[in-house]
Amino acid sequence: MTELTDLGIKAIRDGVVGGSFTAVEVAEAFNAAVAAANPALNAFIVTTPDHALDAARRVDAQRSAGETLGAMAGVPIGMKDLFATKGVQTTAASHILEGFVPPYESTVSQKLWDAGAGMLGKLNLDQFAMGSSNETSYFGNVISPWRRADGGNAPLAPGGSSGGSSAAVAARIAAAATGTDTGGSIRQPAAFTGITGIKPTYGRCSRWGVVAFASSLDQAGPMARDVTDCAIMLGAMAGFDPKDATSLDLPVPDWAGALNADLRGVKVGIPREYRMDGMDADVAASWDQGIAWLKDAGAEVIDISLPHTHHALPAYYIIAPAEASSNLARYDGVRYGLRELPEPGSGSGTSGAGLQDMYAATRAAGFGDEVKRRILIGTYVLSAGFYDAYYTQAQKVRALIARDFERAFERCDVILAPTCPTAAFGLGEKSADPLAMYLNDVFAVPASLAGLPAMSVPAGLNREGLPLGLQLIGRAFDEQSVLNAGLAIEQRAGFNAKPETWW
Amino acid sequence: MSVDKETVARIANLARIRMDDAALDRMVPELNNILAWVEQLGEVDCSGVEPMTAVIPNTLRLRDDVVNADPLTGGGVRDAVLANAPAPEHGFFGVPKVIE
Amino acid sequence: MVSSYRIQGATGEWEVVIGLEVHAQITTQAKLFSGAATAFGAEPNTQVSLVDAAMPGMLPVPNAECIRQAVRTGLAIDAAINRWSRFDRKNYFYADLPQGYQISQLYHPLVGEGSLTIDADEKAGIPADKVIGIERIHVEQDAGKLMHDQHPTMSYVDLNRSGVALMEIVSRPDMRSPAEAGAYVRKLRAILRYVGSCDGNMEEGSMRADVNVSVRRPGEEFGTRTETKNVNSVRFVMQAIEHEARRQVDLIEDGGTVVQETRLFDPGTGTTRAMRSKEDAHDYRYFPDPDLLPLELDEAFIAECRASLPELPDAKRRRYEGELGLSAYNAGVLTAEVETAGWFEELLAASAAKAGKPEAELAKPAANWLLSELFGALNKTGTALADSPVTPAAGAELLALVAKGTISGSIAKQVLEKMLASGDGAEAIVEREGLMQTSDTSAIEAAVDQVLAANADKVAEFKAGKEALFGFFVGQTMKAMQGKGNPQLVNQVLRQKLG
Repeated sequence: MTELTDLGIKAIRDGVVGGSFTAVEVAEAFNAAVAAANPALNAFIVTTPDHALDAARRVDAQRSAGETLGAMAGVPIGMKDLFATKGVQTTAASHILEGFVPPYESTVSQKLWDAGAGMLGKLNLDQFAMGSSNETSYFGNVISPWRRADGGNAPLAPGGSSGGSSAAVAARIAAAATGTDTGGSIRQPAAFTGITGIKPTYGRCSRWGVVAFASSLDQAGPMARDVTDCAIMLGAMAGFDPKDATSLDLPVPDWAGALNADLRGVKVGIPREYRMDGMDADVAASWDQGIAWLKDAGAEVIDISLPHTHHALPAYYIIAPAEASSNLARYDGVRYGLRELPEPGSGSGTSGAGLQDMYAATRAAGFGDEVKRRILIGTYVLSAGFYDAYYTQAQKVRALIARDFERAFERCDVILAPTCPTAAFGLGEKSADPLAMYLNDVFAVPASLAGLPAMSVPAGLNREGLPLGLQLIGRAFDEQSVLNAGLAIEQRAGFNAKPETWW
Repeated sequence: MSVDKETVARIANLARIRMDDAALDRMVPELNNILAWVEQLGEVDCSGVEPMTAVIPNTLRLRDDVVNADPLTGGGVRDAVLANAPAPEHGFFGVPKVIE
Repeated sequence: MVSSYRIQGATGEWEVVIGLEVHAQITTQAKLFSGAATAFGAEPNTQVSLVDAAMPGMLPVPNAECIRQAVRTGLAIDAAINRWSRFDRKNYFYADLPQGYQISQLYHPLVGEGSLTIDADEKAGIPADKVIGIERIHVEQDAGKLMHDQHPTMSYVDLNRSGVALMEIVSRPDMRSPAEAGAYVRKLRAILRYVGSCDGNMEEGSMRADVNVSVRRPGEEFGTRTETKNVNSVRFVMQAIEHEARRQVDLIEDGGTVVQETRLFDPGTGTTRAMRSKEDAHDYRYFPDPDLLPLELDEAFIAECRASLPELPDAKRRRYEGELGLSAYNAGVLTAEVETAGWFEELLAASAAKAGKPEAELAKPAANWLLSELFGALNKTGTALADSPVTPAAGAELLALVAKGTISGSIAKQVLEKMLASGDGAEAIVEREGLMQTSDTSAIEAAVDQVLAANADKVAEFKAGKEALFGFFVGQTMKAMQGKGNPQLVNQVLRQKLG
């Protein structure tokens, strides 16, 4: 018998709507799965079983009353702890926000509740979404449910920053989860854990109520079992929000309804610059396999060039830290969150610590090392005398990267590339070398810099038995082509591997 | 360009992050590694290229001049604003005394 | 024409160079980037949104009215309006700055180069047609307020002002005396109030100036300047300049050097002092605010802003002199404040309607009456023109009675007093109290006869050639008639009888 927790968004919603089971039954099953797994996986910072149950009861009552149910009716999801949730602690996985209980709900989470979803809890992540392995969280590492097929028990990274999201969905303890993607934070963890995740066009999902990392890059998106679930959930999350000046004032297409894996007439671009020297053989093979699948679906495959690919990552590591250094200035111990007062006498004030001493002590105690590193980099590149050499130059390179994509999309409709250069690595393997960690996002970052929709779908397992993802990148506003090509791969990959329940 | 300990200390002060000597010593090579790596951007010929201002073509929308049009972005919510304050004082935020 | 203002130092004369950055609160209902109210004097933190308190994930959305008013202000000073502008973040830490940055405009301000002409003042040494360059106007957020005297070890933060829209109007260093700076602030304030973009209320902090002062030997290079922050009256601006210029001269002459620094003005002593809380050598790390897109204005928007501008003080003054024939002085006083000009124009329109005559014919007596009679009466009770119990229509009624000869000018003064006290109309008062001027020749003749009989000695003197006594007879006759005799007829009858 299929467990309820094996079901994804569409199956749960259709089951609830059709009366195969109640939403409360689903919520209870997932609540129990979370309670059983979380001590081992540490995917959730806090769990909110009552939230999931209350939402389920409302859905069941609506159904009894004969009302039309929402697109996410009865679906229990995990909420990345970057989204402000009213009355529920929201931390961005940082000590500086520990205990912060927002008196407001983010636009995206509100839309999901309005569509009938319930919240299982707040998902762990890299602190302020800065990281690619979920090892920078103040609340501990998330352990990937996957293990290598070598019989060893080395704990693996679930990817990051949405590591709690990827682990929870892969472990079947959440039907789906929200993610946010600044430079790959949805796609890379999705690829690491054998699930599907899409970052829509910049501006599709409101950033209102989402703790900001890098405003010009941050975009929310769904992480789920398959392409269809992603399409349904993205439809519930997206939409114009007048509270976000960068929100796109466009209607939300019926992505799920328009899904079509027939790619006849579709041109798929293969960027030659992504085929780098010394590329992982399994990754290269899965990319070739992906090309074959898309051809099989009727697509015409062409060679394209994105000449500035090589410079995307350095540009990102100027722009994102610069924005972050400013966005994170508000965590100062004045209005919310941690406040540290150094011992009297250590400051310059006459009696006790001064205001500026409080800032420095609070931020020293509240931010983790990676956050500090990025704030310092960002502060440095914006400081007097360096602004043009670093920040202005990076924004020019960013313009060139966007232009590369524009030119490529004159010749093709969607681009296929690997999501990551490797499969999941072990916890601790890269955490000592920030730069090695950054290189993980080399394939993900260009689409982020250009604001384009991009998705990762599972393509198979490598020789170690770990999932590999393929990435699809589309034109601005054209999530549909990305989803369609993703669906074509999904149907051909037949990816049904899942981690064993070892917890 | 590379940074020395003094520069990192100045940047840490600008960013209001207290760092002791040991932390500064650790940070100097880390920052220099990253800076040396981003240096390669200098190679890119950007002549005639305008820095990106909006990632997706979109113009700035303006809102109407109406008070509390949306309660989520309006005033009159002092309790909510002060709810998480470390030192609320008679409707104010309390901070260590400032001498101007 | 150059200012001759000089500071006498021990080693010779010094010239003071002044530039002003005026922060003017834009008159709007809601804040620049949030829907919280901007009203003055509310309870602490009651006009603060989650956005203004910089809660995690909060985002700014600009208020159209702030942009519109800044553009109108720019057009009023003949400035270039930038079709493409952008908001930047100015990063620094302070307890009144919740975001840790102020959203402002450094690289691409909304309004570019403009200028205004300050009013000539011979007494104060301000030459005619002195033009002060305005470098730019940009839109930015105000900060909150800190209170230091409520608690022994804590300061209190009130964010009600946090996020209120300001225009920062940056002048060129074109002023050369405290008087010129004062005149600049007054003129700028008048223009803002005409435009309606700022209420100019300096007591409530709606307008305040950062005063940049340096000194130099006349004709030499600019010296190092200091910036005195948040000076909130015209008088204080002038005092701060006087003090700061003198301080700098004394410092230099004693062998010291002026350091570029931020200073505070103490209104109690009229002096300035260096701020104790040093900012990080002004490394504000400006960069474009990634939460906001570039602001692009179309021609229709700018055309609407232009069309909505009222006649501005300089144009109005020229019209009052040219078309209405008013003296330069009267035109200047009438146009200095938008309320005065508005009142005057209503009075004139009502008078013209009543008399069926063109405004130009009625302007002089109307201006004289407003500036001497009504202002004089209101001054006695300390009443502002806006609160005058006599409306422009009521004033026109009174002026019409004088013009028609129903009452004399001196009776009109009495009637005005009664109007101010009772709120009744002029016609009703004149009617009720029988103050109509008499043109009844027989009554005048009787009064004249009586006066001449009672003053036979003076009549003899007059006839002997002391013609100056004629005025005496007029006065006595008017007095006998309780001021109601028609002055022309009284004159005529007296000439006859004495002739």
